[in-house]
Amino acid sequence: MAIRQLSVFIENKKGKLSDAVKTISEAGINMRAMSIGDSDDFGILRLIVSDTAKAYSLLSEDMIVKVTDVIAVKMSDKEGALYTVLRVLEKADINVEYTYAFTARELGAYVVFRVNDVEAAEKALSDKGIVLMTEDEIRSI
Amino acid sequence: MGKYYQEEIETASREEILKIQNEKIVKQVKHVYENVPYYRNLMDEKGVKPEDIKSVDDIKKLPFLSKADLRDAYPYGLLGTDLKNCVRIHSTSGTTGRRVVAFYTQHDVDLWEECCARAIVAAGGTKDDVIQVAYGYGLFTGGFGVHGGSQKVGCLTLPMSSGNTERQIQFMMDLGSTILCCTPSYAAFIGESLAEKGYKPTDNKLKAGIFGAEPWTEEMRREIEKSLGIKAYDIYGLTESSGPGVAYECEEQKGMHINEDHFYAEIIDPDTGETLPEGSKGELVFTSLDKEAFPLLRYRTKDICVLTREKCACGRTHIKMCKPMGRSDDMMIIRGVNVFPSQIETVLIKEGYTPNYLIEVDRVKNTDTLDISVELQPGQFSDKVSDIQAKEKALEGAMRTMLGIGPKIHLVPPKSIARSEGKAVRVIDKRKLHD
Ligand SMILES: [Zn+2]
Repeated sequence: MAIRQLSVFIENKKGKLSDAVKTISEAGINMRAMSIGDSDDFGILRLIVSDTAKAYSLLSEDMIVKVTDVIAVKMSDKEGALYTVLRVLEKADINVEYTYAFTARELGAYVVFRVNDVEAAEKALSDKGIVLMTEDEIRSI
Repeated sequence: MGKYYQEEIETASREEILKIQNEKIVKQVKHVYENVPYYRNLMDEKGVKPEDIKSVDDIKKLPFLSKADLRDAYPYGLLGTDLKNCVRIHSTSGTTGRRVVAFYTQHDVDLWEECCARAIVAAGGTKDDVIQVAYGYGLFTGGFGVHGGSQKVGCLTLPMSSGNTERQIQFMMDLGSTILCCTPSYAAFIGESLAEKGYKPTDNKLKAGIFGAEPWTEEMRREIEKSLGIKAYDIYGLTESSGPGVAYECEEQKGMHINEDHFYAEIIDPDTGETLPEGSKGELVFTSLDKEAFPLLRYRTKDICVLTREKCACGRTHIKMCKPMGRSDDMMIIRGVNVFPSQIETVLIKEGYTPNYLIEVDRVKNTDTLDISVELQPGQFSDKVSDIQAKEKALEGAMRTMLGIGPKIHLVPPKSIARSEGKAVRVIDKRKLHD
């Protein structure tokens, strides 16, 4: 159930982020989720897109790009859904490196988790009846 | 043509070389005294007459010339002949102050190209070779100097000039270049670009490279040799002294033979100006022996190096200079510690980074700061911010061990630091702006 995420290394300078975003949108690729992790010097743009392979080959022409497996969980309207997921992962001794939330009109809110062990996380969550989103589901939004 | 371009002079005995030098220096000093008022004044001030110079041993009586003199005398103050006898000018990049313009008569151009031809043959060049000249053509001496030398040897010469790497690679592959001439940083860049295109080091026909015009390290040499599958030769020269070819490496790759029949080299103590014995480390000083348009007597290069007369296995007898250990200009004093860019380069290569970097020195609240931007390599990338910060910390630690002071490292994307097509600008010292 892992979802492929693209990470792009960008300089923390004006215009660098928009260069990357422009490359993708001009190729007609849709962004499904996006977040940025940054320091004073650099930023790491993380993307889930409608066409990973195409975006990878376009971006890697002049940027450092990496594909990482992440998992995504649809957040129900019930309160405490995020907390439940984090509890399950913690109990299963899985490290969450970072997370980010994204909202799509058709799907509602969902949260992306970058964990140290994708397989273990999938198992722990499904044991508790938490359903992970599939790549198809996210891409077909 | 065999191993040497001019065997007789390149392998002449010490006595023969001295004889040539002594004859030439007497004439050269007389020529300067009669034709260059600027230097005549310096000699008069020092109370030295042309008659006092009877051999190269007397050179130490002459006054020094510095880059500041060349700037003061801009443009015609050091011209040694009527302008109508000149056929060419070249100029320094002028990155640090006023430009220096050097003039050449046809005799001077021939002499210079002869020096370059010796360098090319020493790197294995013959009539059968295809030389790709990727030094800049123009005011910069690199392109034209090597170009002329290459034609003298009879090589097929590709006047590519620098830049346009796509085209460099296309010609290199299609025309089967066997010798590449450019700055070492551009050679490294071409190597990277070839690898990116999926070429292996054995896919090209290159056998040698002649690289100069900027400081580079032994580590960088090995990197370039590996990435291009060649033997890399160093070449030395200054626009002031004609251009590349004043000294060049032979197959031993242990120091550069100075073309002693055209240039006399000394090592001096940069503080006292005293001439130091062979084997001492100090500032390199050149005296031209038979230049017409731009003869320079005792020109202080600011390059720190060592000369040796140790016998060279290649058979050449001319004195050798080591790779300059740094320029007295380049040496930065940061928080009281002497720092050379070459030390930073050494650490980068050892830690798996490219030697493409930018040093910024500043002063914040009366304390010197040292910031080094370094390009991250694709294999080193992680999607986690903390991983990359850890790499920065590790590199800071390695730098602190080498330099004695701790810099701040900034990892940046590949190719975001400008590549040099002429001379690299690797140091920005902002402290000067505050003074
Ligand atoms: Zn030799």
